[in-house]
Amino acid sequence: MKPAPFEYCRPETLDEAVGLLAEFGDEALVMAGGLSLGALLNMRMVRPEAVIDINSLSVLDAIEMVGDEVRTGALARQADALASPICGVALPLLIAGLGHVGHYQTRSRGTLCGSVAHADPSAETALCLATLGGDVELTSTRGVRRMPVGEFILGALATAREGDEMVTALYWPGAIPGMRVAFEEISERHGDFAIVAAAAWAAPLESGWRYGFGLGGVEDKPLALRGDIVPVVESTEQAVGEVFDAIALNLSPMSDQRASADYRRHLAEHLGKQVLQSVFEGVAT
Amino acid sequence: MGDSAEDWVGGAVPRLEDAALLSGNARFIDDLSPLPGIRHVALLRSPYPHARIREIDTRAALELPGVIGILTGSDIAELTDPLVSAVRAPVAYYPIAVDKVRYAGEPVALVAAEDRYIAEDATELIACDFEPLPAVVDPLAALSKEAPILHEAADGNLIHEREFTYGDPATAFSRAAEVIKLGWRYPRQSSTPMETYGAIAHYETAPDRYSVWSNFQGPFILQPLMARALRILGNQLRLISAPYSGGSFGIKQGLYPYLVLLAAASRLLGCPLKWTEDRLEHLSGSSSASDRADAIEAAFDDEGQLIGLRYDNCVNVGAYVRAPEPASVYRMHAASNGCYKVRDIGVWNRLVTTNKTPIGLNRGYGGPQFYFGLERAMDTAARRMEIDPAELRRRNFISGDTFPYEAPAGAIYDSGDYAKGLDLLLEIAGYEDLKICRDQARASGRAFGIGFGAGVEPSGSNMAYVTLAQTPEERAKAGGRSGGTAVANVTIDPTGAVTVRLDSTPAGQGHETVAAQVVADTLGMRPEQIRVVSALDTEGGNWSLASGNYANRFASIVVGAIAESAGRIASKLRAVAGDMLEVAMEDVELADGRARIVGVPDSGIAIGRVAAATHWHPAGLPDGMSPGLHETALLNPDVLNAPDGADRVASAVTFGFLCDLAAVEIERETGRVLIHRYASVHDVGRVLNPIIVEGQIRGGFAHGFGAAMFEELSYDDDGNFLSGTFADYLCPTSADLPALDFAHSRTDSPANPLGSKGMGDGSSMLTPVVMANAVADALGRDDVELPLTLNKVWQMANEGSET
Amino acid sequence: MKRVKPGERVRVSCKVNGKAQSGFTESRTLLADFLRHELHLYGTHVGCEHSVCGACTVVLDGRLARSCSMLAVQVEGAEITTVEGLAADERLDSLRDAFSRHGALQCGFCTPGILASVSHFLSASQNPSEEAVRDMLSGHICRCTGYEGMIRAVMEFASGRREGASE
Repeated sequence: MKPAPFEYCRPETLDEAVGLLAEFGDEALVMAGGLSLGALLNMRMVRPEAVIDINSLSVLDAIEMVGDEVRTGALARQADALASPICGVALPLLIAGLGHVGHYQTRSRGTLCGSVAHADPSAETALCLATLGGDVELTSTRGVRRMPVGEFILGALATAREGDEMVTALYWPGAIPGMRVAFEEISERHGDFAIVAAAAWAAPLESGWRYGFGLGGVEDKPLALRGDIVPVVESTEQAVGEVFDAIALNLSPMSDQRASADYRRHLAEHLGKQVLQSVFEGVAT
Repeated sequence: MGDSAEDWVGGAVPRLEDAALLSGNARFIDDLSPLPGIRHVALLRSPYPHARIREIDTRAALELPGVIGILTGSDIAELTDPLVSAVRAPVAYYPIAVDKVRYAGEPVALVAAEDRYIAEDATELIACDFEPLPAVVDPLAALSKEAPILHEAADGNLIHEREFTYGDPATAFSRAAEVIKLGWRYPRQSSTPMETYGAIAHYETAPDRYSVWSNFQGPFILQPLMARALRILGNQLRLISAPYSGGSFGIKQGLYPYLVLLAAASRLLGCPLKWTEDRLEHLSGSSSASDRADAIEAAFDDEGQLIGLRYDNCVNVGAYVRAPEPASVYRMHAASNGCYKVRDIGVWNRLVTTNKTPIGLNRGYGGPQFYFGLERAMDTAARRMEIDPAELRRRNFISGDTFPYEAPAGAIYDSGDYAKGLDLLLEIAGYEDLKICRDQARASGRAFGIGFGAGVEPSGSNMAYVTLAQTPEERAKAGGRSGGTAVANVTIDPTGAVTVRLDSTPAGQGHETVAAQVVADTLGMRPEQIRVVSALDTEGGNWSLASGNYANRFASIVVGAIAESAGRIASKLRAVAGDMLEVAMEDVELADGRARIVGVPDSGIAIGRVAAATHWHPAGLPDGMSPGLHETALLNPDVLNAPDGADRVASAVTFGFLCDLAAVEIERETGRVLIHRYASVHDVGRVLNPIIVEGQIRGGFAHGFGAAMFEELSYDDDGNFLSGTFADYLCPTSADLPALDFAHSRTDSPANPLGSKGMGDGSSMLTPVVMANAVADALGRDDVELPLTLNKVWQMANEGSET
Repeated sequence: MKRVKPGERVRVSCKVNGKAQSGFTESRTLLADFLRHELHLYGTHVGCEHSVCGACTVVLDGRLARSCSMLAVQVEGAEITTVEGLAADERLDSLRDAFSRHGALQCGFCTPGILASVSHFLSASQNPSEEAVRDMLSGHICRCTGYEGMIRAVMEFASGRREGASE
């Protein structure tokens, strides 16, 4: 169980990195934390011509506030985010979600960007980003572009990244005053990818709430919805039902070895309503 | 420190094995390079569950720089004969596919190269022309007339069938007040030690012989089988254990076909070969516990007495019968009554070939499947008859004053007090409180259940029990088989240093430490003064057909051989010291490193000096005494006789006992099984080392709990293997295991001088059914199957029940 | 920028267990294989080669790394600590002693990776809860022990260290 041959490239600058991507295109894979990629290489499920190791690009490890947003670079590790005071204050939902990501050991090297770029349908990081309405930054020799994560992830392990682009950062909308967050998931074992995960946040408006709600593991990519809601009666139940139905009416859950579509649909409702209840109940109007 | 103040045995002696393991100095098979010029092997494995091999073209692969050679099934078949088993069906088993592949993952070609990377590259360049055939993976489906046949030389896929009757089950069932009938599928599981298979094979021409280093764990009855397959005599096949083995739980028995393959390949390619199995190979192609389609009928009288049992065991052996199979269905056979008095028993065994990996030893070996039937039946009967499940078992236990107890199918239970064990279980579990919890939970609509299980734990196998696969007439024709001989050797060298050699090939069970405790007590020394060699080298001669690490053999038989050989050394030391001190041997005791006059602490001579005299000055020894201090004990427990004409056999030496209780609540919304309590009481006889015994109980529980909740080697209906990685085959982690409360209820075994019983398998045998019983009780349904995954439990909790 | 062609052998130099080390590697050589078969540090074990079981865990530049899913060429100039390096750290003697007394290991194959994790975890967590220890250990698979002895050993070591510090 050893990788097939490939060329190893370790750029020292971002320009070199995107230059390599321009050179190899789809035939290169970017290695950051390497936990998923390393396994795929060993199993020969991927056979790139080149592996571009970006671990020398220390410029990419920043976690910083940019205006109202938090920008996490391509080398920001999951453990860095958990320890970061910026994330602690501005991204409580991410902190809640990261507790479910892998294990202490894998979070030590695993990156936020790597997880989103890998686009596993159950991944917690992408679900948090989608629920918050964040963006993905892509860089190539052609320039830098930003797109909402909902447009970036196309399906299971499929993204809108062009062959010559790399994910260089994620942009996370920062917390708004009075924001409450909730994250729940069901997995077979502790630390496994979720069968279904649900994330929600809400903050009070003058009347009603501003909210975000997302479901992971149900369909082939995270589902998320954001908006303002002014319930007719100021009832948590009504808000929960209304927001949940807005996603759930068209739900088309996956079915696989681990879980049936029926079970996923049921968990989506159970966990979805649980997180919504939790955030709406806590926000005074 | 131990049971009495002077004893090491019984004490919590930290393991002698640990220092090397904790510092990275312990050497495992993949660390070894015993010879120059070793080449590295990768195996090309079949992607198809069933296919004819039309052609294998290795030309492109052979041209890859660094490739030494490539062999296929036809090369190997020219040099070897098929591996045999106790099943006489015409099922030829070679370690590599010849003409046909019969399971996904079966070896098809062997590549030797400069390193493993290149060897794997070359496997991708081999062009195999397969003609895919329809596959069958379910044992009942494989019995149907339409099913694809794996071995054309056989009549069909049913390759073994025997029926057994003990007592008069027909009459028992005719007078039953209640008959419980259950049928179920038991899933495939694997013990997955953290170290995979590994071996280095070397063929030499002068003299003509093979040397094989590996982490093979025995039983060494397989050594003559390997020699036969290689068409050589036993002394031409030297097997050498690596110094440490990274876990086994039985599965490293299944390594032996690869040893034959590598040995033959080393000869054909003219160089030593090393192969380290990777995890994908291990999960898909090494060995697994049997999946089964079983049924049971249990007859009770109106008092709740279990009066009759009928077992219908349909065992999926996979693509081939690999010795010692069909032992997995015969291991529990002689103890078919479990821990109960029932004497009228029928057993129907069928072995079926399918397009799955061959089965073999895995922790609990046959026990989890056996107890799933018997103990599901007991809990189901209790609910049906409205008798408390603990009380139902108590009424049926073999009573404590009838040991040694001869079970209807021939097992001789050495000692026990099952009712005492159950009382202790109810006490430590807080059963009365748990029942109140259950009532309260149910009153508020929650799904709360309590499951029980009880059973015996056979240890120290009779090598002959597998011959129950043959009729008495066939056995008579084949010649007698019996026994389970242990070999232990103790020496004291000219410097006065003690060395013990074991034949138990441990894989982490701490045999070296316990052996040192036993010898230290016998010789009046300290355990750390005793060097124990557990790596077996067949050329040293210190082994028997039964040698190896399986069926809890160590604490049931091997310790007896250690005590015997150490005792002979002690006697000789006392005789020599008596001569030197001019007192009678009876007046000499060994204590604190000295041979001293009984009752006179400051007297005597250092043991090292006494020992030295036997080496340096043999002429000075008492008349007739042989020089040196070398004692080898070969010990075969008397009880291990050949099966009789009525198919009764004393299948094992000691029979431990355990009983468990699980209290669970099921979240109907999610299918999560929340464990409120898991308690377990064990009778392992005398506890030789509490650290090690606790470790075996906790480890066995972890295996049993994983099997109950998560673990399954899955195949789709077409025979494709779906559990190829550790992200698919889910082993429990530290965050997934519930707390385990356990206690000992001790009855010493008369079967060996230490009073200990074999242990280590028990919890892995019983925990799966106990969890199933708890979930069945919580949901009030009888059709519970394993593993109890979230989706499955959720579905059971929310759909109509089938009771 | 470093580029290593397929099949090209290059020298990699790094510091392992405080000592300068170097050896040859190809672009695709796994770090675990480099440590074991090139530097002859056989204490690091390989259990799955797909980032799950944790047996191959080492400390790499202050982070935990699964050495089966990293490349040897990545560690040029890096500092690595393996079980052999931890063995030389006397401050961990009582941890090893606690592992032994509590039955935290049996076959010991997974133990080197676990010791790497525990040492890393305890360097950041002075006063861990049992739950945190359980969570940290869940990144390793052990098939022998049922984990209970490990949890007890780590808790005992952490509390002994606190008492030692307060004296």
